[in-house]
Amino acid sequence: MAATLPLADRTPATDAAPLLEVEGLVKHFPLRGGLLGRTGRVRAVDGVDFALTRGETLGIVGESGCGKSTLARLLMRLLDPDAGTIRFAGRIVGGPDLPLRAYRRRVQMVFQDSWSSLNPRLSVEESIAFAPIVHGTPRAEALARAHALLDRVGLDPRRFAGRYPHELSGGQRQRVNIARALALGPELVILDEAVSALDKSVEAQVLNLLQDLKDELGLTYLFISHDLQVVRYLSDRVLVMYLGRVAELGPAEAIFESPRHPYTQALLRSMPSLDPDARTREAPLQGDPPNPIDPPAGCRFHPRCAFAEPVCGRREPSLSACGPAHRVACLMAQPGSGHGRAPRPSREPDLG
Amino acid sequence: MAEPVLEIRGLEVTYRRGAERIRAVAGLDLTIGPGEAVALIGESGSGKSVTLRQVLRLDPERTTEVAGSIRVCGEEVGKLDAAGLRRLRGGRVGMVFQEPLLALDPVYTVGQQIVEAIRAHEPVSRAEARARALELLRLVHVPSPERRLDAYPHELSGGLRQRAMIALALSCRPRLLLADEPTTALDATVQIQVLLLLRELQERLGLAILFVTHDIGAAVEIADRIAVIYAGRIVEEGPVRSVIRSPLHPYTRGLLASRTEGALVKGRRIAAIPGSPPDLARPPPGCAFAPRCSLALEACSRQVPKLETPVPGHAVRCLRAREWAASPA
Ligand SMILES: Nc1ncnc2c1ncn2[C@@H]1O[C@H](COP(=O)(O)OP(=O)(O)OP(=O)(O)O)[C@@H](O)[C@H]1O
Ligand SMILES: Nc1ncnc2c1ncn2[C@@H]1O[C@H](COP(=O)(O)OP(=O)(O)O)[C@@H](O)[C@H]1O
Ligand code: SF4
Ligand code: SF4
Ligand SMILES: [Mg+2]
Ligand SMILES: [Mg+2]
Repeated sequence: MAATLPLADRTPATDAAPLLEVEGLVKHFPLRGGLLGRTGRVRAVDGVDFALTRGETLGIVGESGCGKSTLARLLMRLLDPDAGTIRFAGRIVGGPDLPLRAYRRRVQMVFQDSWSSLNPRLSVEESIAFAPIVHGTPRAEALARAHALLDRVGLDPRRFAGRYPHELSGGQRQRVNIARALALGPELVILDEAVSALDKSVEAQVLNLLQDLKDELGLTYLFISHDLQVVRYLSDRVLVMYLGRVAELGPAEAIFESPRHPYTQALLRSMPSLDPDARTREAPLQGDPPNPIDPPAGCRFHPRCAFAEPVCGRREPSLSACGPAHRVACLMAQPGSGHGRAPRPSREPDLG
Repeated sequence: MAEPVLEIRGLEVTYRRGAERIRAVAGLDLTIGPGEAVALIGESGSGKSVTLRQVLRLDPERTTEVAGSIRVCGEEVGKLDAAGLRRLRGGRVGMVFQEPLLALDPVYTVGQQIVEAIRAHEPVSRAEARARALELLRLVHVPSPERRLDAYPHELSGGLRQRAMIALALSCRPRLLLADEPTTALDATVQIQVLLLLRELQERLGLAILFVTHDIGAAVEIADRIAVIYAGRIVEEGPVRSVIRSPLHPYTRGLLASRTEGALVKGRRIAAIPGSPPDLARPPPGCAFAPRCSLALEACSRQVPKLETPVPGHAVRCLRAREWAASPA
């Protein structure tokens, strides 16, 4: 019998329930007292809420240090959150209905560094078959599946199954990592800068592969990248992070065509122009991304925001609706926030 | 025409590693005029950094075979003695890297390093050199430059470190700046600041820039001309508009097809180039791109295509380029 690609038993969650629901997620890292015995906390993830629908791709963007990888590691439960809950298919992750071990079969991750998750002493087929064997799949079956997966990611198993990581190019190693992540038949795959280290010509091949696998296996992706063009290409929705928080969340179309957060707007205008006659004239933001150790009071973006008013330094915006399935954390979009450009608060509906 | 600032002719660089010979650069020609910015685009391992290092002769001569000619302001780099090399490095030619911590010494302040660099090349007093260091930090738009002069590299943010490295590279008024992926590791918001700074310096100082990158967007923002390198050879070279709007080499066309406006359409497959770059220890015969080229003919694997100029000022190394250069794209 030809080995089939592994598919997890997709416990039919109530269809309406999101695959993943994140509420109030917080992770602070303690600062080790330096020379001055300085204490404090790095607020890497500082109150994040969002939900993922089965079968969608959610892109996550933001400057270096804004907490993207920390969020990914929290979702994988490689880190324990300080606060907040993660629900998967309606069940609390790590709770009695969904122990971590069962959860980890259903969620997998691919990292930027194609070396880091491959054991240099295991051949490619052994690396891919490793987790299924640990989870009780008979060895012969696990290896047969590994070959089917290699074939699926575009590596001929006859040539590649016996190779070791150092005998592969970066693009080939990343394909092996993708095959390895798929070996347990996950439902959700978290890709943290998974194509960023690849050459452009190889990156295009891997992006095609990711898209094909998603369609074929009904996967859900969380795609973290600093490359906004690639995020736009792959994502159904996009989450923009700023200093440990969600700045804006909405359909990819809306985020790229009509971004509402001043930070999202600046980020998009920072993309290099591809038109020699329309080069960028002025940098949209000055200075470097700020430090998550002491985030500014009020709106965290206010020291860099061109629309900031005094109220922005006092009042923290909450995520407010600004379009269909589109939310933004900016006082300008929050009715009655006190910002000069905010909509007037709607009056109580007249029940006359 | 004014004398070129950089003129590379037939550069070949081969590394010996055990029994293997790696042909990193295989006959490369490149000319940069005064005040001109040229972007050298290519994938990892294509020979960009090796070429830059040869301009300053930074490779150990024991394990490196070099052929061809490199002239900086008319002077043959291969013939320079130790004193000549010192004048070249950090004098006529400045260099910036992807990782500023490699160029900046962690145990000296930014100011001390710039002062030392100036005094190594010019007989000026410490006070004079310090005044110029301050001027340089202003030139690269470091905020509060007086304070930053006395900062150690690790006390600066990534973007400021990059600016400090550029200031250091400019300390002896070079004619040519070699920039090896200086914005690759930066956030988009900081990358654009550094690109604009380099463009401003090019204009204000009449500085020639050789900007190495794998990012087409960065190249378009900075370059007057673009040169595309593949497996150690320039396969296409021309004015930025011409290369971006009507690329002639199938490799350039493939790269642009997966990047330019409208190329990445949601739900549609990307027109990806198959395969991966060749192993330089065993380069394919003839056109190095042939194993990946959908337009390859048998003749392509028999001989290395010559650099031709089917469009004035726009050169390409492809047997078939004339077929599509004639018909407007
Ligand atoms: N184990 C740790 N201990 C202390 N601080 C940490 C730890 N891991 C992350 N941080 C800090 O938390 C913040 C967020 O880090 P994170 O890696 O999530 O950023 P990121 O958004 O993924 O950035 P990049 O785009 O550079 O990958 C950073 O300031 C980082 O230095
Ligand atoms: N010192 C060295 N010894 C041996 N091989 C080298 C050395 N430096 C570079 N190479 C090889 O030369 C080729 C071109 O390298 P490089 O110029 O660094 O590429 P890039 O275009 O990414 O900058 C690669 O195959 C690389 O592995
Ligand atoms: S809340 Fe104020 S500072 Fe923050 S993004 Fe909106 S306008 Fe700018
Ligand atoms: S010479 Fe032949 S193989 Fe090389 S790029 Fe041109 S058509 Fe393709
Ligand atoms: Mg990260
Ligand atoms: Mg390099």
